[in-house]
Amino acid sequence: MSDKRIELQDVSHAFGTVEVIKSLNLTISDHEIVAIVGPSGCGKTTLLNLLSGHEPPSSGSIQRVGKARMIYQQDGLFPWLTVEENIALGLRHQKDEEARRRQVRDLLTFIRLEGFAGHYPHQLSGGMRQRVELARALAGETDILLMDEPFSALDYITRLRMRHELAEIFNERPRTVILVTHDIEEAAQLADRIVVLSERPARIINVIPIRLPRPRNLTHPLVVEAIHCILAQMGLEDAVIGPELQPAKA
Amino acid sequence: MKERPSSRQKILLPLCVLLAALALWSLLSVLRLFPESLFPSPGQVARGFYEEMQRGRLFDDTIASLFRVSVGFVLAVVLGVPFGLWLGHRVGARMAFLPVINFFRSLSPLAWIPFAILWFGIGDTPAIFLIFMAAFFPIVLATLSAVAGIPTIYFRVAQDYGIGGVEMLCRVTLPAIMPQVITALRVTAGLSWLVVVAAEMIAGRDGLGFLIWDARNGLRSDLLVVGMIVIGFMGVVIDRILVQLTRIPSVRWGYER
Repeated sequence: MSDKRIELQDVSHAFGTVEVIKSLNLTISDHEIVAIVGPSGCGKTTLLNLLSGHEPPSSGSIQRVGKARMIYQQDGLFPWLTVEENIALGLRHQKDEEARRRQVRDLLTFIRLEGFAGHYPHQLSGGMRQRVELARALAGETDILLMDEPFSALDYITRLRMRHELAEIFNERPRTVILVTHDIEEAAQLADRIVVLSERPARIINVIPIRLPRPRNLTHPLVVEAIHCILAQMGLEDAVIGPELQPAKA
Repeated sequence: MKERPSSRQKILLPLCVLLAALALWSLLSVLRLFPESLFPSPGQVARGFYEEMQRGRLFDDTIASLFRVSVGFVLAVVLGVPFGLWLGHRVGARMAFLPVINFFRSLSPLAWIPFAILWFGIGDTPAIFLIFMAAFFPIVLATLSAVAGIPTIYFRVAQDYGIGGVEMLCRVTLPAIMPQVITALRVTAGLSWLVVVAAEMIAGRDGLGFLIWDARNGLRSDLLVVGMIVIGFMGVVIDRILVQLTRIPSVRWGYER
């Protein structure tokens, strides 16, 4: 496939004697949104670190085409820069001062922090900081976004709204996204494919495709079906899987 | 919730303590519990202060001390911060140098006084040398530990956003260590001010340290107190100036966690 963005071949990773990821194979195409769900501590964040290239895997190979930006769970903002300056970091290659300022303003509107341009991260709540992280990563032309629980510190309503708006942003400017989350609803509303990982050492136990345009209603039958499917996979619900969502093997 | 003091209280409360101390001092000297030559009264000290001001010596001595502290301190910062940066980034170099740096930091700078006089004689140079020895090692240590403690996440973010090389130093490393370095500057500037007094007492012909030593030799306890007051006051002034650095918006995060 020529529009391949990321390819993992037989990737394993261990910290000392602790095996975290075991024989992972995964191909992610251009402009695809892949959600990775799994029990906590199963190695999801480690997987993102490998994908970002900041850590080499113990074995196997990872191919990545294009630049990637990571959106951290927390504290990835530079505390010595204001909200505005942090976001502008994502637009470093935009030479036109006026265009850059306009884009920062648009992003501030998107994350609904218009009045906070001059604030420093330590003056914001955890949820606000997460939104700034998101805006910074979205600023500019980066093709691959690696998101590590980007909405974990947001309240439920804000989370729903951000999901909706993010979906529209991706419609407007498609990107390849790997979304690590333990919010199963989030995965079902945003992802083209949901990869379910096992307990550590993480293996792929299922890949659930969702062919449905975004933004998706949380109560859309296919979304509900997907949620059910994941919960069943994780042993949290009795398995009654509908015909549309027969799990495809990885 | 904690009560916030009003700005009037902030001035009045310390003033009360000051006046009470002054009253106690006056009382003790009026009662003549100690001989006058050993326990000058506030009036004597005020007259001594006026006398010294008239002769201009107090001013000259203050300038001499400030000059020595400035030169020694600035030298320590200019050499110590880059050295600390380098050590902070190089684990091997850190392992090699850390014991030596810790040794010299623990060695009282006053222990260098004999060598300072033997090598540099009397005057500005030995004092500057001693101040440098007092400030350099703590600054190196503070800088290197600040650098070593920068969260890896900042460097990763910087890489993701195409920041590298010199830009990494200027836009990530330096701002990340700034709050800790400023704290170290405050501590070492205070230390330098302590050291200059001792240095001038032994290896000086002028300066505030020499002033109080000279006052003792001349049995002028009033001038001794004048010197002490000026030394304490200038120490506070230096710290108040450096504390302004902590008010810079881009370093506030380091003090408001």
